[in-house]
Amino acid sequence: MRWVDRLATRVRMLFARGQAGAGLDRELQYHVERQTAENVAAGMSAEEARYAALRAFGNPALVREQSRATWSWSALEQFMRDLRIGARTLRRTPGFTAVAVLVMALGIGSNVALFTVVRGVLLRPLPFQDPSRLLMLYEYSSIGGSQAFPYNNVAGGIFDAWNRQNAGFSSMALEQQSGADLSASGGGLPEALRTANVSWNLFPTLGVQPALGHGFTAADDSLSANGTVVLSWSLWQRRFGGDAAILNRTVDLNGKPYTVIGVMPAWFEFPDPATQLWLPVYHEVPEKGMTALDIHDFRAVGRLKPGVTAAQATANLTLITQRIHSAHLDDPFISVGANSRPLLEHIVGDVRRPLYVLLAATGCLLLIACLNVANLLVARAAARRKELAIRTAMGGGRMRLLREHVMESFLVSIAGGAAGLALAYGAVAWLVHTRPDMTRVGAIRIDATVAAFTAGVIAVCALFSGLISALHANDRGLLRALHESSRANSAGAGRTRLRKVLLAAEVGLTVVLLVAASLLLKSYARLRSTNLGCITSNVLTMGVSLPDARYPTPGPTPPQFFERLLQRVRVLPGVTAAGFASSVPGEGRMGDFSFTIAEHPPLPQGKGTFAINRSVDPGYFAAMGIPILHGHTFDDGQTFGHVDEVVINESFARKYFPGEDPIGKHLRIMGGAKPYAIAGVVGDIRYSIGEPPAPMQYYPLDAPSFAGDQNFGKLVIRSSRDVEQLALPVQRIIESMDRDVPVSDVLTMDQLIGKSTLDQSFDATLISSFAVLSLLLAAAGLFGVLSYIVAQRSGEIGIRIALGAQRGQVLGLMLADGMRPALIGLLLGLAASAATTRLIKAMLYSTQPLDPAVFAAVAGALLAVAALACLVPAWRASRLDPMQALRAE
Amino acid sequence: MGKPSDLVQGTLDLLILKTLSLGAMHGWAIARRIQQVSDEVLQVQQGSLYPALHRLEQQGWVRARWAESETGRQAKFYALTAAGRKQLDTEAANWNRLSAAINLIVGEA
Repeated sequence: MRWVDRLATRVRMLFARGQAGAGLDRELQYHVERQTAENVAAGMSAEEARYAALRAFGNPALVREQSRATWSWSALEQFMRDLRIGARTLRRTPGFTAVAVLVMALGIGSNVALFTVVRGVLLRPLPFQDPSRLLMLYEYSSIGGSQAFPYNNVAGGIFDAWNRQNAGFSSMALEQQSGADLSASGGGLPEALRTANVSWNLFPTLGVQPALGHGFTAADDSLSANGTVVLSWSLWQRRFGGDAAILNRTVDLNGKPYTVIGVMPAWFEFPDPATQLWLPVYHEVPEKGMTALDIHDFRAVGRLKPGVTAAQATANLTLITQRIHSAHLDDPFISVGANSRPLLEHIVGDVRRPLYVLLAATGCLLLIACLNVANLLVARAAARRKELAIRTAMGGGRMRLLREHVMESFLVSIAGGAAGLALAYGAVAWLVHTRPDMTRVGAIRIDATVAAFTAGVIAVCALFSGLISALHANDRGLLRALHESSRANSAGAGRTRLRKVLLAAEVGLTVVLLVAASLLLKSYARLRSTNLGCITSNVLTMGVSLPDARYPTPGPTPPQFFERLLQRVRVLPGVTAAGFASSVPGEGRMGDFSFTIAEHPPLPQGKGTFAINRSVDPGYFAAMGIPILHGHTFDDGQTFGHVDEVVINESFARKYFPGEDPIGKHLRIMGGAKPYAIAGVVGDIRYSIGEPPAPMQYYPLDAPSFAGDQNFGKLVIRSSRDVEQLALPVQRIIESMDRDVPVSDVLTMDQLIGKSTLDQSFDATLISSFAVLSLLLAAAGLFGVLSYIVAQRSGEIGIRIALGAQRGQVLGLMLADGMRPALIGLLLGLAASAATTRLIKAMLYSTQPLDPAVFAAVAGALLAVAALACLVPAWRASRLDPMQALRAE
Repeated sequence: MGKPSDLVQGTLDLLILKTLSLGAMHGWAIARRIQQVSDEVLQVQQGSLYPALHRLEQQGWVRARWAESETGRQAKFYALTAAGRKQLDTEAANWNRLSAAINLIVGEA
């Protein structure tokens, strides 16, 4: 049967190809010998007979090729042959190969690394069950129609109404970020942990199971229940040795016993990577906090019912909220509606733009790398053009030569891709190691999709670089190459035109990267140098957290502890000043109190005022160097139960007491009747480094708190010299006062500011390194092209010098020739930058996307680098010995 | 120097298959036979036989094996397969139809 024969032949052609080749040779030889023998028998001489036989036969080499071409697998054979030839050619020029592979590796590696990050953080769905049905729920607040907060936190009472009355959600749960002190047990130190207070049904709503034990039940989630806690995997490993016997054991949190009922899987992080354990929210938060309609302390997650859209479900929640709002028109802080967005959006929304900008930057770098390699390949082809011309003349098909070009570029791309993948692996590992705080960092890993992406990138690079250099070698050019005799001294401008075009493109892309990097650097510098409004050098901060059980709030014991601590710290040698505050400048908004001004007329119904609040000790302002502009700080009579003073900042005074003296006026807070007298006005500070100052109200430590956080705050210590030396002595004082009080976040103000600007610094650094890399590549390219031009034109230059041209003139001539593509590239790049920098506007702080100073600086830097790169070859040209140049043709 | 034209290649297959239908032969013998029988009219370059032979082998119309030739040297003998015979009939019929049609057109003055 035919198919059996065909199959047998195909198998033979694959595995016994060598034998078949030998057989073909013998076959053809036999034919020629038979014909020769016949010719001899017909009477010719031996030599004549052989020539006649060959003439009758045809070109044996061609016949051999044609026969082999009919064999199956001939395409594969061709590919393998091209591969071997390509590899051999590349091995002969190790310098070129090494450079090309390195350049490709950098381009491909950076691109793959960033794609891995983008895929993990932005594209991979959340690791929960059916994550597209999960929504983050917010309140839509509008305080008397003046300021809108579309994504406001949720109040406990509002959530309760949503939970009972909603029609669109199969379940919803609350979440609140908090902290807890893990006491020293089993030899460990006391530790302040980041925790989350959550509804008992948070885990089922998300669709996750604990890895060990089980989650909360409804019975656990009440004030009267016994304390239960679910641990994170990392905490369990780190603090409890990964011992499975942890279940049903008790741990001491805030001085109270909690039973460990479960441990979450290692990959689970909610709401952020820093959360170490979860507690039931109704158990942790007093009833007032859970039923309040206007204290926005929580975030909420909901799972949509099947068949219900997000818009429908949210509209339903808005109705419920509006009903409550209408029933309490006297309370302006009850929201007017509800809002929602997909949970993934909530988690990664902030980092989306910066990540895509970084991806675009690596795309530019990859393009530059490809152009560079194409340039190198064109240079190689130009050097071998005589060889290629002869091969074409002898019958080598154009396709064949094209294949060789693409094959070389393919080999370089594969090697570069493999090295780049290794680079990417290292880069991703480094990233995950240095930024464990990054959103969704656990989802970043190299997988099959990334590998496929890499393969695709390699293929595109190979084709791009190969085709550019291959198309350059057209027939007419080859013919001219053969015609060139040693006497031709023309510059051969056409030969270098392609390389100049490639170079201009490279320079253009480099300029775009440089402009973006400079804008981001300038923005970061402006951010870091923003005046916070207080002293930041040699100021140490540390978080001190008192366990609830021994320091109950509300009560006098927490402030008493802090006052005693301050007394002891202030007498330490080296301490210039010390103070205590609920939070320090640069830490963020934290919370705010609503207030009314007793002496002013009441606001119309539905309007309310609120301002950021802090609790501080009287010496805090002096310790932080915050100037007291009017009045004075709190006096000593402000103890628990006897607090009646408040200090406001300049913005508060300007906004709410325009043109009048606020000292002596009174504030009433959070709907209460008790008046607090304004004792002083202090200078503004920035609560967050990127934000303008806002009105703030400072209360003494003994003042009532509405969020139960009186027993936590930041100790600040200022010194005249190296303040970090004081960290250990201060911690020892705290330990001597109470062994079970943990200290957290020991940072100087500079370090704290650095932490809060970490993202901007990271982005700026990355893009700057890409820009510098591409500048180096462009400079190397310029150097290479101009060296080549000088070598080509050496005859012409020799003649010019011999005819009387000055060295300086020759230098200028060569420089101009080299700088022209750089200039064109610069102009193109500046135009492209002007068009695209608008896209990173959201990432810039106090910097315009079309900043003329930045554009001018980049242009200047590029011209300087380009001139430097061109200087060496141009200098060599001017130093040419004309006799040498003319003789060496 | 290009490949043989399509027309010659097509008819070359027919000639080879027909020649082999008389018995297994090696490449040189096929070339001599075609030359003799066509009365030296078909001046095909002998070498162009081999690509055709190899293609026929790959397609499964002929089968090849090495055997001792009349001179005592080893040569590669080609023989028709059953499928090859059928292919010969098909191609011969096509040729007859084609040449008849051409004759009709050329025959009319």
